[in-house]
Amino acid sequence: MKNLQNLTFMIARAQADYARCIDDDRLEQWPDFFVEDCLYKITTADSQRDGLEAGIVFANTRAMLRDRISALREANIYEKQAYRHVLGMPCVLDENAGGVRSETAFFVVRIMRDGTSDLFATGRYLDHYEIQNETALLKERIVVCDSSRIDTLLAIPL
Amino acid sequence: MTDVANRSAAASTPGPWPDTLTRVPFWAFQRDDVYAAEQSCVFRGAAWHYLCLEGDIPEPGDYRTTFVGDAPVIVARDSDGSVNAFENRCAHRGALICLDDKGKGKKDFACVYHAWTYNLKGDLTGVAFQKGVKGKGGMAPDFKLSDHGPRKLRVGRLHGLVFGTFSDETPELETYLGEEITSRIARVLKDRKPVVIGRYTQGLPNNWKLYVENVKDSYHASILHLFFTTFELNRLSQKGAIIVDESGGHHVSYSAIDRKAQTTNADYAQQKIRSDSQYKLADPTMLQGFDEFGDDVTLQILTVFPTFVLQQIQNAIAIRQVIPRSPTQTDLNWIILGYEDDTPDQRLVRLKQANLVGPAGFISMEDGCVGGFVQRGIAGAPDEQSVVQMGGDNAQSSESRVTEASIRGFWKAWRGLMGYRS
Repeated sequence: MKNLQNLTFMIARAQADYARCIDDDRLEQWPDFFVEDCLYKITTADSQRDGLEAGIVFANTRAMLRDRISALREANIYEKQAYRHVLGMPCVLDENAGGVRSETAFFVVRIMRDGTSDLFATGRYLDHYEIQNETALLKERIVVCDSSRIDTLLAIPL
Repeated sequence: MTDVANRSAAASTPGPWPDTLTRVPFWAFQRDDVYAAEQSCVFRGAAWHYLCLEGDIPEPGDYRTTFVGDAPVIVARDSDGSVNAFENRCAHRGALICLDDKGKGKKDFACVYHAWTYNLKGDLTGVAFQKGVKGKGGMAPDFKLSDHGPRKLRVGRLHGLVFGTFSDETPELETYLGEEITSRIARVLKDRKPVVIGRYTQGLPNNWKLYVENVKDSYHASILHLFFTTFELNRLSQKGAIIVDESGGHHVSYSAIDRKAQTTNADYAQQKIRSDSQYKLADPTMLQGFDEFGDDVTLQILTVFPTFVLQQIQNAIAIRQVIPRSPTQTDLNWIILGYEDDTPDQRLVRLKQANLVGPAGFISMEDGCVGGFVQRGIAGAPDEQSVVQMGGDNAQSSESRVTEASIRGFWKAWRGLMGYRS
């Protein structure tokens, strides 16, 4: 087993970059945190517990992640808004030849154009990372929101 | 004092209402007294409301809780297989009887407050300490269990959908829906076993009727939703139509592949609508579906007055249940469906196409915010009116989808129940 400290650090660094990327509105770079053959899903704790497969967002290729961003930029209409992600310490659950599984708590504040800042989502990332050249890349990220109610719309990814 | 007087005066004499279906006063989306009147006239009035799927409560003892307007409701399957619905309100002091969203193996419901107990039909079957303790206290001797209980709803079942109504005056469900709407529900659900594959709620910052108007509004679809239009899911030059039932309250909007017509972009280009961009998907597999209905209909949006939506967008099938929370807050419950006999490939198509809908939906996202844009836009204009005049002034079916006939139909039905006269 690789040094747990080292793994935790690699994942924490990847996640810090991930959060900054979204919060700084560099969304075009967001798919680069994933490998090409990936799974990204946003779901709810209830759906996760009940085994419901369909998410609020579902992508099983990195190209679908790119489509999400180009749709946000070019097609979809929504008021100007931004997120502030605050992530907990990643908890490394398992490591094997296929990669590393980890879980990380998050909360996300959404800042609207009129200045309203609301706690938009809390939850946890259930992740499967692949380590390439000391860099952790996401093979799978299941974003499990604690609440089943999403306010108004979910445009920017979590 | 004056305020109170005004409010009660307004509550007892609602209106005046415009003498046309083409105008809607904005106060209808704002006022507390209108909201309160809707609760009794529409939600507890002569209308059917979606409660759950039969598949949500397949076995005796299965139950779900939901809402009909503000009223919390329990739906339970009894040992005789019947589906029963009753208020989730204890007949004693009014507490919720059931505190869970769903459950199985229930024999009865006991209120946690004083253990008044109800069977699965909603009958009061027991009152704790009814006879008192050691001959002292307890209910009066003439207290009868059968005189008390939460109000029951009539239940109507159709192709796996369970509806309920508080009113004895509501026509039978299929009569209420009419043949055309019933057959369009059958098209999606008859002889099929729907399974819930996803569930979530979208909180909408607007009056519930603004969302219902939005669903019925085929005029906006290709204008607000660029994603929809660009990928030719809903070009108005496809063939399609709007069906409005006789009551006005229910509608179907559909579009189908027109295999004869050459779709032109010229009409859109002329209108300078945003839909003209050359946007392409990096992974077009999301839109590669399968023809499961054999009729080339790529989109069927169906509403049952007042708050039920059945959606087929390609292979994305969903129920939307609209629950008012306040004059300016609405919950939209999304129930994403597959079918029991889906192959793994078909199921994957549904998971991918689920990206089209919901709070993050490529085509539904805007519907989550546009109602709020109206609610905020009209904040200072209660006595101004919206213009609902596209396609004329009637509330009838139309071969063109550039019409607001189904919105006018909604107001026709709503006014009927609310007793608003012009």
